[in-house]
Amino acid sequence: MNRLYNKKFIDKSITFLMIIFLYVIITLFDKNVSSLLRGLLVQFCVYSIMAVSLNLVVGISGELSLGHVGFMCIGAFVSAGFTTYMRSVLNVESIFIFIISIFLGAFVTAVFGFIVGIPVLRLKGDYLAIVTLAFGEIIKNILNAIYLGFDSKGVHVSLKNELQLGLESDGYTLIKGPLGITSIPHYSNFLIGVILLLIVIFIIYNIIDQRTGRAIMALRDNRIAGESIGLNVTKYKLIAFTISSAFAGVAGVLYAHNYNNLAATGAKFGYNMSIMVLVFVVLGGMGNIRGSIISAVILTLLPEALRSLQDYRMLMYAVVLIAVMIFTNAPAAINFRKNLKFGKGKLKDER
Amino acid sequence: MKDNKKVVLNVESLSISFGGLKAVSDFDIKIYKNEVYGLIGPNGAGKTTIFNLLTGVYRPDSGEILLDGENIVGKDCVQINKIGIARTFQNIRLFGKLSVLDNVKVAMHESYKYNILEGIFRLPNYYKKEKDMDEEAIKLLKVFGIDDLADVISTNLPYGKQRKLEIARALATKPKLLLLDEPAAGMNENETKELMNTILKVRDEFDMTILLIEHDMKLIKGICERITVLNFGSVLASGNLDDVLNNEEVIKAYLGA
Ligand SMILES: Nc1ncnc2c1ncn2[C@@H]1O[C@H](COP(=O)(O)OP(=O)(O)OP(=O)(O)O)[C@@H](O)[C@H]1O
Ligand SMILES: [Mg+2]
Repeated sequence: MNRLYNKKFIDKSITFLMIIFLYVIITLFDKNVSSLLRGLLVQFCVYSIMAVSLNLVVGISGELSLGHVGFMCIGAFVSAGFTTYMRSVLNVESIFIFIISIFLGAFVTAVFGFIVGIPVLRLKGDYLAIVTLAFGEIIKNILNAIYLGFDSKGVHVSLKNELQLGLESDGYTLIKGPLGITSIPHYSNFLIGVILLLIVIFIIYNIIDQRTGRAIMALRDNRIAGESIGLNVTKYKLIAFTISSAFAGVAGVLYAHNYNNLAATGAKFGYNMSIMVLVFVVLGGMGNIRGSIISAVILTLLPEALRSLQDYRMLMYAVVLIAVMIFTNAPAAINFRKNLKFGKGKLKDER
Repeated sequence: MKDNKKVVLNVESLSISFGGLKAVSDFDIKIYKNEVYGLIGPNGAGKTTIFNLLTGVYRPDSGEILLDGENIVGKDCVQINKIGIARTFQNIRLFGKLSVLDNVKVAMHESYKYNILEGIFRLPNYYKKEKDMDEEAIKLLKVFGIDDLADVISTNLPYGKQRKLEIARALATKPKLLLLDEPAAGMNENETKELMNTILKVRDEFDMTILLIEHDMKLIKGICERITVLNFGSVLASGNLDDVLNNEEVIKAYLGA
């Protein structure tokens, strides 16, 4: 039994140490880090948080979600709207505003996750995939169309154009349709990204390794048996999905404050990005938190690093994807890797 | 002798049909505290369907199910487990990727509660409850002789031990009534003998009442005092083991084959 606890502890520690080690190395060799890499540092954190949070739904709870960036988008807009308003209208710019915006983004996204999840997670079957796919697209399209402004009379919303808002002369337009939010304060940096990532991983690890997480994983492994021992399916699936949404919101906050402008473009918030995050999770291994981070970082870096190959870039990218997929998932490859490992960790032998 | 004993399960005229098929019709059973009661019958007789009715997987078309006097018809699986029925499955259903220990601990979620935040921030209550849970789970696994396999991922267990783990998991929910669906299926003679001892041990140590489905007549004869024979969804005979097994209709329809 103690062996089990030690193994879990070591496994978690490796993940934390890996991230801290990478952070220290990159910071120490800051001068040598290429501008390409430097521009990607915050994105590594954003997509790592996205991948581990999606893993909570896909790997740990066993439900398919295809709209994860929809939640990221909500977190981004809510938090950027808040911080930009605070700076532009109230002239407040401080790290505390950013911290509040993180909680705000997480909370609002969690509420959306809860509302999306509650009707679907009562059903058996892959309905969550369909609904989240639609949800992601709806959110993106709404945020592309919406105009939102303030003046002394209060909040004005329009789905047509800025003029329709009918703002007074003291008015301020926060969300400008397809242009989104502009002149966002630049709070995000690599350190903040790494800290947020560490916090998210800490929480997810400690959710998995406790009463609630055990119930979530049990229902993933066998729903009928789970019900027979009194586990409430909807409750536990909803917990996983809501928490996962909240963390996608956090990733959105980090993402939004890394740029001056935030627009809900298809390239950044379309379903293909949700699929991309799903690929991170599948390649990293279902339920494997460290794997999610590694594959998120590598697959975020890869397309940029291959840029010099020009037209062959996406071809190479596809080849690498397939190769990794085979390496991580094919039975022969798994056995091969098991044989490489020494020690008595192989449970098969106990048969 | 039975008169002064408490009735744990009392089922009256339970029926369900699927489409045109009457899977169970007018099924009655009365089980007393600390009994090991056998339910037998040919394939497709409706035995598993009765378990599914008792545990709320299906809702009966008619009939009453009283557990300790409480009517549980219309309640769902989760509620019925809380009221006090736990079961195993004909085709084993473990939480495959969880360890043996976690399979049992997850079934204790009602007895050892702490909230999700206490778990995330590792507050004292988390450590206390986890420790208590570990101790009780190991004790339970010891009864089945699989405590040394606590760390093993449950799919990697050999078949017979998976069956035992399933019983241990059901017991961990602290039921009043334990339902075992063909516990000896796929076991060899030695394993079956061992299982018989384990079932009696469970009854004695946990003060348990057990209803079991089984095709292996050796097991039935070895540990059941009373049995019910089911054929085409209805009761063919029920009562003391010897009386039922000597019943001519039973011999003709089932045992005579
Ligand atoms: N959900 C269902 N829908 C339709 N028919 C069902 C359903 N469940 C059971 N049946 C039918 O009810 C009958 C009884 O099935 P049941 O599984 O209870 O038999 P059993 O006595 O457990 O048999 P075995 O010894 O093979 O396990 C069978 O004819 C089966 O096909
Ligand atoms: Mg059956």
